[in-house]
Amino acid sequence: MYPKIPLTVNGQKQEIEADPEMPLLWALRDIMDIKGTKFGCGIAACGACTVLIDGEAVRSCSQPVGEVEGEITTIEGISQGDELHAVQLAWMKHSVPQCGYCQSGQIMAAVALLEENPTPTDEDISRAMTNLCRCGTYPKIKAALKDAAQTLGA
Amino acid sequence: MSRLGKYTRRAFLGLGVAAAGGLAVGFYFYKKPYANPLDAKKAEGEAPLNPYVMIANDNTITIIAPRAEMGQGVHTTLAALVAEELEVPLEHVIVEHGPSSPAYFNAAMLEESTPFPFYDESVLAELARGSMKIVATFLGLNITGGSSSTTDAFVKMREAGYAAKFVLVKAAAEHFGTSEDNLALADGTVTDKASGQSVTYGELASRAAVVSPPGETKLKKASDWKILGKTQKRVELKDKVTGGRIFGIDVQLPNMLYSTVRMAPRKGVSLRSYDKTATLAIPGVKDVVEIRTITGEGLGVIAENTWAAFKGAEALEIKWDDPHSFQNSDQMWSALEDALTQEATFELGGTGSDAEVFTSIPESEAVSAQYRLPFLAHATMEPMNATAQHDGSKIRVWTGTQAPGLIQSVISRHFDMDSADIDIATTRLGGGFGRRLEVDFALYASVIAKATAPNPVKVTWTREEDTQHDAYRPMAIGEFKGQVTPDGTLKTMDMHVASPSIIQSVMPRTFPGISPIGPDNTVLDGAFNQPLDVENIRCKAHVADLQVPVGFWRSVGNSVNGFFHESFIDEAAHKAGRDPLEFRLAHLTSDEFRPAREALKRVAEMSGWVTPLPAGKGRGIAHVLSFGTWTAQVVQVDVKDNTVTIEEVWAVADPGIVLDPGMFRDQIMSGINFGLSQALGQEITWAEGEVEQANFDTFDAMRMYQAPRITIELLENSPRMGGAGEPGTPPSTPALANAIFAATGKRIRQMPLSNEIDFI
Ligand code: FES
Ligand code: FES
Repeated sequence: MYPKIPLTVNGQKQEIEADPEMPLLWALRDIMDIKGTKFGCGIAACGACTVLIDGEAVRSCSQPVGEVEGEITTIEGISQGDELHAVQLAWMKHSVPQCGYCQSGQIMAAVALLEENPTPTDEDISRAMTNLCRCGTYPKIKAALKDAAQTLGA
Repeated sequence: MSRLGKYTRRAFLGLGVAAAGGLAVGFYFYKKPYANPLDAKKAEGEAPLNPYVMIANDNTITIIAPRAEMGQGVHTTLAALVAEELEVPLEHVIVEHGPSSPAYFNAAMLEESTPFPFYDESVLAELARGSMKIVATFLGLNITGGSSSTTDAFVKMREAGYAAKFVLVKAAAEHFGTSEDNLALADGTVTDKASGQSVTYGELASRAAVVSPPGETKLKKASDWKILGKTQKRVELKDKVTGGRIFGIDVQLPNMLYSTVRMAPRKGVSLRSYDKTATLAIPGVKDVVEIRTITGEGLGVIAENTWAAFKGAEALEIKWDDPHSFQNSDQMWSALEDALTQEATFELGGTGSDAEVFTSIPESEAVSAQYRLPFLAHATMEPMNATAQHDGSKIRVWTGTQAPGLIQSVISRHFDMDSADIDIATTRLGGGFGRRLEVDFALYASVIAKATAPNPVKVTWTREEDTQHDAYRPMAIGEFKGQVTPDGTLKTMDMHVASPSIIQSVMPRTFPGISPIGPDNTVLDGAFNQPLDVENIRCKAHVADLQVPVGFWRSVGNSVNGFFHESFIDEAAHKAGRDPLEFRLAHLTSDEFRPAREALKRVAEMSGWVTPLPAGKGRGIAHVLSFGTWTAQVVQVDVKDNTVTIEEVWAVADPGIVLDPGMFRDQIMSGINFGLSQALGQEITWAEGEVEQANFDTFDAMRMYQAPRITIELLENSPRMGGAGEPGTPPSTPALANAIFAATGKRIRQMPLSNEIDFI
């Protein structure tokens, strides 16, 4: 009874049957069983659900799945097998995560930022990184992000 | 150190039990008569050495860290305690939360719940702590809270590691036909120094089965530690940068259904009638079920996916019966004001004995202030959720909880089932902060699962439901009065705190039938038990039931009274015309307050306290002793156009012993940002019987652009071990308010501070 919706997620083409109004977040989590993208608020206010669509950060809780145009990348899609993305490695090096729940979204937002601006200043980071972290890991996010920028630039 | 000494004298009782293909030396500690919960859980080839250590014959070493991992790194630190004695590197062990079992009770948490200050070594205080510990054993509380996990585990977990090593070494000596002195241990293997041959712990398992466990323990000296005292990598770090399926919300089971709840605005409000027509018309919605439990009433919507459940819940038309007389915040403030005019409910601490003193302060020497704090939600990043399944005679629950034992007992009572038939699997927690000490989310899931049986159901709350159905940090009024003599001495301090009681709110929903005895010291925590040399101190609680569920919120009473107490000391210093740091040090002269003095002096050095700041900037200082950790902070602000930027925070914490400095500093940093978030605009208010805030647009927290630079140092002067998760929070808010006063001359006595001044 639902229409078929074609999607490309982490490089894989697929078709799901879902209400086109369903937020991409829930299509990923409940229908495709891709759990790295987290739910925090459902109103685009926290960033826990951040994914990339054609490289741009999108809050998937407020993006109807039927209207997605472009390739979706989730946290599962930024590493190559066991080889983690430079941002993930920097996050590990700086031991950023505490509870860790916001960190998929933070990492995706950071990946998108560095894509657009490979050498962000403190102010660029503060302006772009608007995701909420209830554990207050902001100082470490900032340090790790700058570290990743250096690695990627080198 | 006297308390820790009691543990080391404790003997082991040993029972050797052979297990299939491996080793099972089930031994448990004297005075802890619980069966080893791992015996029932072990798989083929696994050998539980004790409730904390399991070694398989392929040399997989599993350490059970039976506390909730909610970001504080407790799995890493608890495993490190065992690994240190067992002589295995942390990278070589697997860490699991383990089953819910009374064998993993937390005595330290209840010990600190006694109405005696931490530093009070009197016989009475020791006795009270001892008896609370017996209560913890009796109730089998497997609880993570009160920053107590590492304190509780400090000896227990190291003993477990030692005991496992003991039987393995004996077995190895037999294996090589040599004496124990000729063996070397490293990396989960034992080497015979003479022949150079090695054998793994796993290979020694079956032989160790017939070895008697040690009669006493000889723990390593701190100077011999290889793992403890050094920063470790979080054991679950990789999962947390790869979007790992580690949280309750990530649980996925075959044939699982999805659900959400619409609960009555608060406990005590009942479900009168409802119309589910619109809900059932939503594609994907399967059913609506009634929920009537000890924590609240409402409806559960069962659906094919979470989003359909959310839409279905929104479409419900519900009528409630609300018997409460307090419908809005104004009524609640009046009730607290009223309580202050009444006889105090109880009194704690205090010095001087003459009540006259407090009523006869000369006008010219008097300083008085009234402070107000609102209700606060926990707002954990991961909304409340739980997955449950009824399979015939058993109920299984998967959830991120700080109290699996409480969930087990509440569910067993609800269904009138044996608690042995309720199984709780604890996942990682997307934030706890005390919210996940409650049982409501798991209880509702178990009720909904009855309707979906035999299929499991995952129940996820919306953010709105989460914000509006919390057990809130209590709102409170602090009425403080003091006398500052002409020579600038604080001679008298009279503290009155009006607030609901957390214990009175929590007990009926988690331990119905057990009535709390004695005063609820959380009402006065952070006020009555602070290091302070003042001739006359009085600290009274005026308890008022505001008909709102209240609960444990990161640092509990200290988050309230820390603000009152440390704001007031600043006001007294101002009245005395003295520097707030110098004034504090002058009232901290007793020997046992040395950790406070050292922390304050160090934080002053770090922050350049004595160097003047340009106009518009200001520094504030505060010190709070909470959960056994002495914590001093300086906050620096910049105020332009009546708008505050929190520029920088310096903190010094003294927990006596630091087991993992990196993890400890992270916790202090987190606690600071959690505390400061309050000031920026957090408040839960009531109108027409409902909470007015709903999502992060109306109840937000600090964001990156508001986050200050933070520098933290740790000291080890305290004679006892303190906690990490909570002590960072209490001093942050008074230090901020004091900094704003220093910069502007404006004294703000209510939270959120943003009601009186803007923040960037
Ligand atoms: S869940 Fe999407 S922004 Fe919060
Ligand atoms: S690490 Fe817990 S919310 Fe960010």
